[in-house]
Amino acid sequence: MKQTQQKKFRSARKRAIAGKTGIYLILIVITAMMIVPFLWMLSASIKSNREVFVMDPFVWIPEVPKWDNYIKIWTKIPLLKFVQNTVFLTIVVTFLQLLTSSFAAYSFAKLEFKHKNGLFLAYIATIAMPWQVYMVPQFIMMRGMGLNDRLLAMICLQAFSAFGVFLMKQFYEGIPGELCEAARIDGMSEYRIYSSIMLPLSKPALSTLTIFTFVNTWNDYLGPLIYLKTESKKTIQLGLKMFIGQYSSEYGLIMAGSVVSLIPVIIVFLCLQKYFVEGVASTGLKG
Amino acid sequence: MDEKKASRAARAEQLAAQCSDLMVQIRAEKDIKKKQKLIAKRETLHRKETALRNNRKISREARRDLVAYSFIAPNFIGFAVFTLIPIVFAFLLAFMDWDGSNAITFVGLNNFKKLPGDTFFTAALKNTLIYCVGTVPLTMIASLALAIVLNQKIRARGFFRTVAFFPYVASLVAITAVWSMIFHPSKGPVNYILLNLFKVPQSDLPKWFSGGLVLVTLILFSVWKYMGYYMVIYLAGLQGISAELYEAGSLDGANTWQKFRYITWPQLRSTTFFVVVMLTINCFKVYDIAVMLAGGGDGKLSTSATVLVYYIYQNAFNYWDLGYASAVAMVLFVLVLAITMIQFGYEKKLEA
Repeated sequence: MKQTQQKKFRSARKRAIAGKTGIYLILIVITAMMIVPFLWMLSASIKSNREVFVMDPFVWIPEVPKWDNYIKIWTKIPLLKFVQNTVFLTIVVTFLQLLTSSFAAYSFAKLEFKHKNGLFLAYIATIAMPWQVYMVPQFIMMRGMGLNDRLLAMICLQAFSAFGVFLMKQFYEGIPGELCEAARIDGMSEYRIYSSIMLPLSKPALSTLTIFTFVNTWNDYLGPLIYLKTESKKTIQLGLKMFIGQYSSEYGLIMAGSVVSLIPVIIVFLCLQKYFVEGVASTGLKG
Repeated sequence: MDEKKASRAARAEQLAAQCSDLMVQIRAEKDIKKKQKLIAKRETLHRKETALRNNRKISREARRDLVAYSFIAPNFIGFAVFTLIPIVFAFLLAFMDWDGSNAITFVGLNNFKKLPGDTFFTAALKNTLIYCVGTVPLTMIASLALAIVLNQKIRARGFFRTVAFFPYVASLVAITAVWSMIFHPSKGPVNYILLNLFKVPQSDLPKWFSGGLVLVTLILFSVWKYMGYYMVIYLAGLQGISAELYEAGSLDGANTWQKFRYITWPQLRSTTFFVVVMLTINCFKVYDIAVMLAGGGDGKLSTSATVLVYYIYQNAFNYWDLGYASAVAMVLFVLVLAITMIQFGYEKKLEA
């Protein structure tokens, strides 16, 4: 009796171990699929154009790594200027987005006022509206305002999204209203409540919004393509695409430029990712 | 100063008089609707009166509204000017003929009438639909499966999650450059493996970025790039399911598949709904992936790879046919709207 039980137990354990191994195998395959293109990028960025496609034998690190790809890329195109433009744009847009949407979201989540539902509906209605539907009239309007070919146009375009307000509002609604009520009774103004109670509590939501805004602004292609025409105003995505168009067989250099363009986003993501799943969970993004 | 005070007091008296007049009227009024209106009117007057008597310039309610508006204003002004106005403009523009500089003329439905006979447009529409039909279910299934695996207690979970999210944060220009090298028809490692390991004859090697195969490549690429993002959303959803449900399931002797079928899947319904809606909207917006993977050096797309947004861009910024571009944009909008509505309706039906 006891033996059969033990046997049963053992076979269950075996099954569990087999299951775990299976899961790890699947995970390793998926992870490889996810990461190999990035490793390829790193590897190709220190190879010469001839070495990039040598398969027999394939080496990840060439015998003589061409580190000077990383130096040349800065001189072949005005990469520094592109990076500066993109950094400026991304920081301003992210800052404005965080500030204005958390501000507006506080009002929608915690205050009562006239036309509240109507105003919020205006935001909601545009979330399902692809930007591409109105990009043409938007461009005509911006051109009319003299914003064509200026970084300011990109800021106006990206800093006031409905998405940010929606995300922050969902998060604030999860914070108990009693907290604000208590502060109000203590005579705190709404601005104080926002800055000293709500903001410190909203780290997960702000991190999530930062990742989304930063990634979207840094990686945006179509927006800058429409607005930024002068070379000295271009962003890193446009610049890199331009470089690929001009030197399509300079594989090593293209990859070096790609690596450079990835570094800031990866850093921001790695710094904020510990709040990320929690942020997505608490901002109602899961639906 | 005193003069001001006196005038305020006089004004307050006047308001009080009006209030009592209204009171008489209210008492006399028989129609309930009119009565309510009068009561509301009296309320406002009364509030104004108390505000005056308490030496406040504006009533408490008005102050409250102003504070709330001051919170919304910075975002809303930008949002109204740069989003709401262009949206209204887009609807009007679809019925106009305009090159952006000369006079604008109203042409009624002419722009829309041209659409069905335009082979480039029909190709773009067809490709966009195929792309959506391929990408939405595949991405959904892949991200759900990945989320379920990564929600278990396994070693290096954080590492796996981070890596799965990498393609989403990476810039398109950079990773499409890598993809076009890895899938290069004559020199890339993928075809090299097919040739040497699987003995596919040289002439049959797939040309990943042209002909009928290009849409498949676009779909594969999109699943690869976006599954990490939707995985995070599913992870958040999974963490909202209470562990008790699974314990109860185990007690009833449910196996892994049954637990998924009767606990996880129904519990994730609203998450899945959100994921599918977002995926659909994002798929219809596809532009840069197509241009970068299939556009070659000059970024021009042929009919086999063209998509709706590409055609909007072409008409607007290459041909300066703004009215026609907006008509195509309206088709995009109506499609997205219709599909979102259908999904909402379906979700409502399931809920009931």
